[in-house]
Amino acid sequence: MTTFTPSSAAETLDALQWAVSEEAPLEIIGHGSKRGIGRPVQSEHAIDLSGLTGVTLYEPEELVLSARAGTPIAEIEALLKEHRQEFAFEPMDYGPLLGSEPGRGTVGGALAANLSGPRRLKSGAARDHILGVHAVSGRGEAFKSGGRVVKNVTGYDLSKGLAGSWGTLAVVTDLTFKVLPAAETEKSFVIRGLDDGPAAFAMAAGMGSSAEVSSAAHLPPSVTGRVLDGALKGPASTLLRLEGFGPSVEYRLKTLTGLLAAQGEIEVLEQAQSRQVWREIRDCLPYADGTSRPVWRISMAPSQGWKMVAELRLHAGADVFYDWQGGLIWARMEAEPDAEGLRALIAHFGGGHATLVRASVPVRAATQVFQPQAGALGQLAGRLKDQFDPKGILNPGRMG
Amino acid sequence: MSGPVMPAADEATLSRRAEIVADMRVIVPGEGVVEAEHAMRAFESDGLTAYRQLPLVVVLPETTAQVSRILKYCNERNIRVVPRGSGTSLSGGALPLADAVLLVMSRFNRILDIDFANRTVTAQPGVTNLGITKAVEEEGFYYAPDPSSQIACSIGGNVAENSGGVHCLKYGLTANNVLGLEMVLIDGEVIRLGGKHLDAEGYDLLGLMTGSEGLLGVVTEVTVRILQKPEAARAMLVGFPSSEQAGQCVADIIGAGIVPGGMEMMDRPAIHAAEAFVHAGYPLDVEALLIVELDGPVAEIDDLIGEVERLAAQNGATTSRISTSDSERAIFWAGRKAAFPAVGRISPDYYCMDGTIPRKELPTVLARMRELSEKYGLEVANVFHAGDGNLHPLILYDANKPGELDRAEAFGSDILRLCVEVGGVLTGEHGVGVEKRDLMPEMFSDIDLNQQIRVKCAFDPEHLLNPGKVFPQLHRCAEMGRMHISRGQVAFPDIPRF
Repeated sequence: MTTFTPSSAAETLDALQWAVSEEAPLEIIGHGSKRGIGRPVQSEHAIDLSGLTGVTLYEPEELVLSARAGTPIAEIEALLKEHRQEFAFEPMDYGPLLGSEPGRGTVGGALAANLSGPRRLKSGAARDHILGVHAVSGRGEAFKSGGRVVKNVTGYDLSKGLAGSWGTLAVVTDLTFKVLPAAETEKSFVIRGLDDGPAAFAMAAGMGSSAEVSSAAHLPPSVTGRVLDGALKGPASTLLRLEGFGPSVEYRLKTLTGLLAAQGEIEVLEQAQSRQVWREIRDCLPYADGTSRPVWRISMAPSQGWKMVAELRLHAGADVFYDWQGGLIWARMEAEPDAEGLRALIAHFGGGHATLVRASVPVRAATQVFQPQAGALGQLAGRLKDQFDPKGILNPGRMG
Repeated sequence: MSGPVMPAADEATLSRRAEIVADMRVIVPGEGVVEAEHAMRAFESDGLTAYRQLPLVVVLPETTAQVSRILKYCNERNIRVVPRGSGTSLSGGALPLADAVLLVMSRFNRILDIDFANRTVTAQPGVTNLGITKAVEEEGFYYAPDPSSQIACSIGGNVAENSGGVHCLKYGLTANNVLGLEMVLIDGEVIRLGGKHLDAEGYDLLGLMTGSEGLLGVVTEVTVRILQKPEAARAMLVGFPSSEQAGQCVADIIGAGIVPGGMEMMDRPAIHAAEAFVHAGYPLDVEALLIVELDGPVAEIDDLIGEVERLAAQNGATTSRISTSDSERAIFWAGRKAAFPAVGRISPDYYCMDGTIPRKELPTVLARMRELSEKYGLEVANVFHAGDGNLHPLILYDANKPGELDRAEAFGSDILRLCVEVGGVLTGEHGVGVEKRDLMPEMFSDIDLNQQIRVKCAFDPEHLLNPGKVFPQLHRCAEMGRMHISRGQVAFPDIPRF
């Protein structure tokens, strides 16, 4: 077992060229904070990018930041905060859910997993903020794509193509992201006591209003006690988040109150609690219970999520909460996951996809962790993989 | 004029034209096949009218099944296909080829689904960009990306070009607002990417498709996100004695954490041309004019507009006006929106460029552009999406004067090289097409371009879809597949080698 620890893009290229010539598969690792996601990688060797660090360009007034792939997200976020800016896509931290400490994860990993957070509906995911990359393909060739400007349609957007590819197409060495001003303040509007269906309706009404709600989540009673140190314990909580300048937030809070006050008992979370609860929702902390009980991350049309869950509950023990207006479902299963059954339900309720983000190694080895793709679509994805990594040396089996 | 070199026409295909036309009539009965030369003239160019070519035959399918059969037919017979939406491309993306079927998607003109709970619209690709907004505006919604051709350009074409508009700093490009596609591959297979849910399962093929300029597949259905209309909007018109000061004002606005809905800059020649045309009340004694539009809740605009005014004054603004009504706001914008035709009034012809630069480089780029303007003996006017660095120089020339078009093209190429030199890119929103195809090596190495072409190979291994666009050379996919294995250098001397 060899683990390469390159400290430059040139050394990364070198290691990849060796792997190509030897046809020696590599596991691609940053901090390993998401190593437990996907099927176990079948490789003897690894490449560890955690030495490839440093912010190489940050121009706050140009809203652009470049960093080497192994740079910790936490380090970049601290730097951005000094300039009252942020990654608007709020990359989640999988560490606590998967049983490692929080605050790890690299910027390369954020793209490879196409991370996002509760602001996904309004502000997008990593794919929506990546401007350019330098990477080494599974052919052992260093290439670049995109640039450092926001508006760019010059050539194919390979940067987006690498988003969510989990290191199976190329090893990214340098990334350039768009950054944005951070909101001056935030508050959250909470409706208590709604069942999943009425909550979906209320979230849709809030997100579709002129109040510019940036996030909408619903925590059923089984989950409310597991956020904000228990401060929301009790009835279900439907949360709508307002961010921006102070006067604007106050104004929009009134708009929401006028629109939704009749739906149930209303509470308002001030800035500190609001920031905390959205971080907890973002990182799926209600299920960061130190176990390896299976957790699904499911994406569906927001109006359909709760209907699928109601049906799922007839068949399996599932503890569930919702983000993205009901379109992102975190589900912790009581027993071994029935992937086919779940995916059939998702298809029945209009489609989407499910990823088994937490499970023990044997379960992951025996389960289609990522949503399988059938027919012409699956063949196309296979051809794309072959074009980037014809010898299958990059994270073999992980997405399979 | 010189014009781009297009792939040589396939004689075998040309000789079988009558048979191909007859077969197309079987697949698309009725009026959907156009073969008479005079009728095909309407399709011989797109928005880049300098380049013209009659296609082999024009086919206007109405159903996904027809598109599938056409592509399968062409794939099996090695016939090239050029897809076309409304034909508003400014880069020649829909320029026909003599030996290619021109697949015109304009009859795919229906809205299929409006879903307010999920805030999505699913439309056929021939629906216009503005048509989507029109379908939902009564309920207070709109579709955010707004290319200036939005009355005419199609949503399918927007996907092909990843179109932008003046609002994209705040609301994103097409790629950030498209949720799902139905598309047909060259072998006739129909696939769906995404839908009303977010993020792709597997690879982000949706991200690759958006901006692929018709080389990967033919889109037959598009699902986009719609947004609630902002409660209000107000615009500010600010004049500066120099582009440096205007640029610093833009930087300061963004530095203050304010992201305007739109932020546009014009230089002196553009201001004068626009003012003479629409009489918007633009100041004529300034070097740079900034339009800053804030949109959102009334309370937010009231809170921030004073701050923008303060930043403008701090940067030496000599004139500053805030719109007090929607009609006044519309007048502020009228000049900017009419900038292209306004320039068209003062010059027989103009050539619109589309580079993007890091915003701070604007003064340098404008100064260098003035030098180039003298060198080529051609005037240039500039409009600039100031928020995102997208620069549209309009080169003034007269096609009837010998050599002027060639000079304009050479001038334009130099401007784009300059954009790349200062850290920018060849095209911000108009696409590469045929226009900037041969400049791609200015930005990308052979390896970079080959990796992009490999994506093409995954979708269309015989290069039948829209050949001659985007890539200066399309190598055969079989040759591209060969590996040139190098065993690495010496960075890891301890690893075992042969």
